[in-house]
Amino acid sequence: MKRTDEQPAPVPPLPSLEPLRLVAPDGSRVSGPAFDSPDHSTLVALLRAMVIGQRFDNQASTLARQGRLAVYPSSRGQEACQVGGTLALAQRDWLFPTYRDCVSLVSRGVDPVEVLTLLRGDWHSGYDAETHRCAPQCTPLATNASHAVGLTYAARRRGENAAALVLMGDGATSEGDAHEAYNFAAVWNTPVVFLIQNNHWAISVPVREQSAAPTLAHKALGYGMRGYHVDGNDAAAVHAVVSHALAEGRSGAGPTIIEARTYRRGPHTNSDDPRRYRDEDEARQWAERDPVQRLETLLRAEGLLDDGEMERIEAQAEQVASRVRERVATDGRPTPSELFSHVYGSAPALLARQRQELLGEIQEG
Amino acid sequence: MGEISLARALNQALRDALAHDPDVLVYGEDVGRLGGVFRVTDGLASEFGSERCFDSPIAEAGIVGTAVGMAMYGQRPVVEMQFDAFAYPAFEQIVSHVSKMRNRTRGSVELPLVIRIPYGGGIGAVEHHADSSEAYYAHTPGLRVVTPATPADGYSMLREAVEAPDPVIFLEPKRRYWNTAEVETPLRTEPMEQAVVRRAGEDVTLLAYGPMVATALETAEAANETGRSVEVIDLRSLSPFDDTTVAASVRRTGRALVVHEASTFGGYGAEVASRVTEACFHYLEAPVLRVGGFDIPYPPPALEEHHLPHVDRILDAIDRLQWESTWVPAQSPPPERPDATAQHPSRPEARA
Ligand SMILES: Cc1ncc(C[n+]2csc(CCOP(=O)(O)OP(=O)(O)O)c2C)c(N)n1
Repeated sequence: MKRTDEQPAPVPPLPSLEPLRLVAPDGSRVSGPAFDSPDHSTLVALLRAMVIGQRFDNQASTLARQGRLAVYPSSRGQEACQVGGTLALAQRDWLFPTYRDCVSLVSRGVDPVEVLTLLRGDWHSGYDAETHRCAPQCTPLATNASHAVGLTYAARRRGENAAALVLMGDGATSEGDAHEAYNFAAVWNTPVVFLIQNNHWAISVPVREQSAAPTLAHKALGYGMRGYHVDGNDAAAVHAVVSHALAEGRSGAGPTIIEARTYRRGPHTNSDDPRRYRDEDEARQWAERDPVQRLETLLRAEGLLDDGEMERIEAQAEQVASRVRERVATDGRPTPSELFSHVYGSAPALLARQRQELLGEIQEG
Repeated sequence: MGEISLARALNQALRDALAHDPDVLVYGEDVGRLGGVFRVTDGLASEFGSERCFDSPIAEAGIVGTAVGMAMYGQRPVVEMQFDAFAYPAFEQIVSHVSKMRNRTRGSVELPLVIRIPYGGGIGAVEHHADSSEAYYAHTPGLRVVTPATPADGYSMLREAVEAPDPVIFLEPKRRYWNTAEVETPLRTEPMEQAVVRRAGEDVTLLAYGPMVATALETAEAANETGRSVEVIDLRSLSPFDDTTVAASVRRTGRALVVHEASTFGGYGAEVASRVTEACFHYLEAPVLRVGGFDIPYPPPALEEHHLPHVDRILDAIDRLQWESTWVPAQSPPPERPDATAQHPSRPEARA
């Protein structure tokens, strides 16, 4: 399970300074790529998930502006990472998302309204973690990374070859917990893929003030694992590299750090004002490298997508959005007595009393 | 088993837990080959193999964080924090994830894991090796916090902690590791969340836990010589707190004193005193008193005997419980401000 050989571990190759690409920003195929492209149906699935994800994200941002969500951290611009990474997972694998990764959860098949439970403020996590094999969205930075290591270690002990995908931001890589998780994963040789979405900003702090590494993928070397630097706006490339890393991990090659270079187009959350810290030209330049547009152009050029199919996808996205709109307004809210239900396996007397007290208060109105 | 130490009893509990349940895993710093710096995991790696008991990198947040993931996937990890103060890097994992996973997931994920922490002073250790950190954990909903004081409880409570459906912070009083008692394992003492009367008495209830239980019993013995009958309760579980056993005793004796090693201010004793007051107000002959460590960083070993509550200090407090309104404010008088009014032109006197 762990590496036991006496020989020194192989030196992993250096990640490339140029991000790996399968599709160029203009939607054309890159020649002689280092990775095989996902097959046609996967490419179409990626596009569909990105279009739906983007529409969902847009709808959630609107709901936040209307005050129907307590807060919403948009991942607009990062669709290729959200979708490319998640669709690479097998059903038995686990996803460890952060607050920003709602689109990833939607593409994993979690009910979009349950994804928003956290952000509406109804409960800390709205979906069933076990069923979907998605850990609750993590707010403290980098702390979910070691959970994935322990989980995959446990899975292997039980003879199940589950891998895990940890989503984290560029800022999160500065946290001590990130280091500990990378190191544990490498020493225990567990199949974890740490997908760093370098969206260039940690709230107001640019990535160059966060890390002096040539790329965040270079960090992998010091831990003795493989690192890849990929174009985070190229869904095909993200999917290919994450799939490759997962497969290698499952076959015993251990963990991987992947830096996906992308950009957060919107504010940190709806309550942030990015004009205070970044140049809007920068955002405009990245808008021209839109990940959805890029894949759409490719699929059309290769005859895998026509207007009819695109309309069907957009209609599907519209349906998701309208269901979210309706249900966020009408779905039931949690009941106060539930506050005491999930603290311990069996409630201590103190909590049972406090529950009674609260119920009494509510009855009295 | 005959006469065994607390450390040995804990070791046997881990051995039996590993043998009983293949999902139990024991890991941490130096717990494998070495058997732990206190030898609590002695022999487990060779007996169960390095897949069941193993050394991890030196990274407390990582140890606890990986234990979270393991427990999410059906394992029952028992991890060791080498010393109390070295658990602090893992504090975030404990507070933000271990204690809350059940709640965050509305009960769909439970974390049956145990975090063993040797705690407290009295062994002449250098700094960062003698903290009493129980209040931090007891203050955190979602955790069970327990501390055995005897070899029998060490065995039984650790077995129970491993089997519990909730995460347990298992505080081991390191200065009592070598205390021995006659124990036959496997045995089950009282349920983990229950306080236990260690010595019956009529006049005063001494409430103690972990390392202070032995000191409290010594004190009761000494008090007996001066004609005072002292009841000693071993709390065992700090969270949840056993109000029933404690209130029944204090209502009978009318006097209560909490003893712990940790600094007194904002300490666990304040919680106990408050709960006892609420439950026993009309039965009390005196305010509930606390004897804890001073409100200072844990002192260097040359001075720790002055810091740690000892028999004489506890006897003095028992004397103070024979209440004759001897309380004087502990604070120094407010600092002198000869011309206080002049500095506050907004005050009416100043304007006048
Ligand atoms: C331990 C911790 N410290 C601080 C914060 C507050 N915080 C929330 S998001 C954020 C920036 C994170 O940046 P990054 O990791 O790049 O992810 P992004 O939000 O850009 O997706 C900070 C500082 C936090 N959530 N957790």
